[in-house]
Amino acid sequence: MNDSKKQDIKEVKLMKGNEAIAHAAIRCGCDGYFGYPITPQSEIMETLMELEPWNTTGMVVLQAESETSSINMVYGGAGCGKKTMTSSSSPGVSLMQEGMSYIACAELPCVVVNVMRGGPGLGTIQPSQADYFQSVKGGGHGDYKLITLAPASVQEMADYTVKAFELAFKYLTPVLLLADGIIGQMMEKVVLPPFQPRMTEAEIREKYPWATLGKPANRKPNVITSLALEAEEMEATNLRLQRKYREIEKNEVLFEEFSCEDAEYLIVAFGITARICQKTVEMARSQGIKAGLLRPITLFPFPTEQISRYADKTKGMLSVELSAGQMVEDVRLAVNGRVQVEFYGRMGGIVPSPDEVLKALKDKVVK
Amino acid sequence: MKEEIIIAGFGGQGVLSMGKILAYSGLMQGQEVSWLPSYGPEQRGGTANVTVILSDERISSPVLNSYDTAIVLNQPSLDRFESKVKPGGTLIFDGHGFKKLPTRTDINIYRIDATDYAHANNESKTMNMIILGGLLKVRPIVLVENVLKGLKKSLPERHHHLIPTNEKAIQTGMKLIQKVN
Repeated sequence: MNDSKKQDIKEVKLMKGNEAIAHAAIRCGCDGYFGYPITPQSEIMETLMELEPWNTTGMVVLQAESETSSINMVYGGAGCGKKTMTSSSSPGVSLMQEGMSYIACAELPCVVVNVMRGGPGLGTIQPSQADYFQSVKGGGHGDYKLITLAPASVQEMADYTVKAFELAFKYLTPVLLLADGIIGQMMEKVVLPPFQPRMTEAEIREKYPWATLGKPANRKPNVITSLALEAEEMEATNLRLQRKYREIEKNEVLFEEFSCEDAEYLIVAFGITARICQKTVEMARSQGIKAGLLRPITLFPFPTEQISRYADKTKGMLSVELSAGQMVEDVRLAVNGRVQVEFYGRMGGIVPSPDEVLKALKDKVVK
Repeated sequence: MKEEIIIAGFGGQGVLSMGKILAYSGLMQGQEVSWLPSYGPEQRGGTANVTVILSDERISSPVLNSYDTAIVLNQPSLDRFESKVKPGGTLIFDGHGFKKLPTRTDINIYRIDATDYAHANNESKTMNMIILGGLLKVRPIVLVENVLKGLKKSLPERHHHLIPTNEKAIQTGMKLIQKVN
């Protein structure tokens, strides 16, 4: 995170996480946003509509008739080599899963934002992290993965929108920005990313020869599909995807550590929960409990090795989530039984306070 | 310096915007700020609240369970947040419509009759600024000068002519607030 003291006050804005995503999308040269309103992320499309980027950068902002059509408009735009995105919240993102599986298989770049709310079902509008499984284990059908970035501040909502597009085009794969109702709705300071122009059609043709922008006479048609009737062909596609996911696992893991050097107890948490747990760590330290926090920033690829390193150095771990316990499974896989991993979470839109987490840490881990 | 504040009341009393103005004021004096609203069903009729943190250091959790200062504008908010003020902290309430008054003796309790004053003087639109003035009198966490700068930054230019009215309301609040215990 930036040192705010050095920031020029004119550059610093105060805004909601959802608003930061909209500003960042325009600034990084996004070509098209297609979405359908749902709390707690509606400010993303509202802000885009208010900023009217079609008058400045030429970016398209369109309210589709449903989430299903939003993701398929993204699919179409991405097939043309355009920077396209959509956003929704949990129930809406469930509706998009089929499209995301198709886009992953067709190996196209796009950004999907999920500002999670409490589920299952239509659930509630308050914050949640219960879409972890859906996000990192393949919410749609087939063996595909989404690069999943979990921002924990308004600044990161802006920064990771830009990064999500970079990763999507680097690996030709959908990238998920997985936030929650709190980060979407809260206001913090943010310095917006610099403006990048949208790519021209000539630039796209040059850089992405696979794009379906119309066939010149001198080349074969480009075909974008997720269908292969021959099993051998489909297996080859799968092998190519898996090679790509191994590459991503090797290169793109992001995480953050607080007070981990001498930690006897390790809390693992992502997104807003990591912020809450950071305060828990401060409180624990003031009471003489040597606690630390490891915050995965990428949920796929998961910081497996980084967590594994603490297995022999710590006496216990606690995974804290706004769910019934989902990421805890990946933490347990990472340490493979070498240290006890406990879980603490709240569900259905309830957010625990730092002292509630501290109590859980004492009851379950520090015995 | 770090101040953790909860402001709570009915939707429409200007709770969220009072928090926003505080956050902008903190921004203007180079502080770290966070503004976390209740955006749930409360906001759709009923009570609304906002947590504002102003700090010289990076803010870890925007979610809190105890506060340095609570500003409560209705009975349900007083019932909910009186017990969440840290010992030695500050509780400010608007006297309008309260049946049960605060009882704690280990915190500083102030009363500000902003609603009644605003109604009597036809100034209901600046009621929240009167309360903000009261807060700044007893907890001078931001300079009035920075509040005005913050208003200038956050308001669209067509509303800038209202800034002097808001400044007057802050001054009124500073006079109205009274210590209870």
